[in-house]
Amino acid sequence: MTISHFGAVLLFSLFTSIVFGITQRSEPKMMIRFGAFCFALFVGGTIVASWLMWMIKH
Amino acid sequence: MMGTMTTNVQTPATAAQKTTILPPALVLIAGWLIPGAGHFLLKKWIRGGLLFVSIVTMFGIGLALKGKVYGPNTAELLDMLNFAGDLGTGLLYVLARAFDLGQGAVQIAIADYGTKFIVVAGLLNIIAAVDAHSLATGRKAS
Repeated sequence: MTISHFGAVLLFSLFTSIVFGITQRSEPKMMIRFGAFCFALFVGGTIVASWLMWMIKH
Repeated sequence: MMGTMTTNVQTPATAAQKTTILPPALVLIAGWLIPGAGHFLLKKWIRGGLLFVSIVTMFGIGLALKGKVYGPNTAELLDMLNFAGDLGTGLLYVLARAFDLGQGAVQIAIADYGTKFIVVAGLLNIIAAVDAHSLATGRKAS
């Protein structure tokens, strides 16, 4: 199996966010909100960190 | 002053609502051995199903990416930590070891991602099992 780096980020973020959402909140609505929040932070944080590393190198 | 202090003495937190008559330790161990099983025992079918699919898929992707499943007999500190994380997957770890999966012999860049997927699947499973335990004891409301 091969996977792109960004694909790996998306899969990792998706499954981790699902578990975080379910375990860290009590109400289903808040679970979805927190899960979406975690997903956005994972993916957004990775993109920001990637650009930072690119800028350090160039 | 003393009166204020005595009235502020905290009483032990009463259990919000015990959702099961099953021993919480059983729920914890079931959740560890099989991802989501703790929630299934508490009749939280959707949560248990989502946890099962998420953790098993992460573990499967890790193996498919040729990630390494760590064994106990290593002297490296980081390897021991990885082993502890892998152990979190419960029976998935036992199956992987029994079928000689996750040897991690092939040195490719993406395999390191696989190794991390497997370790994180184990850590997430521990979180899920503890969550089921908290539900069983009533420490978590619902």
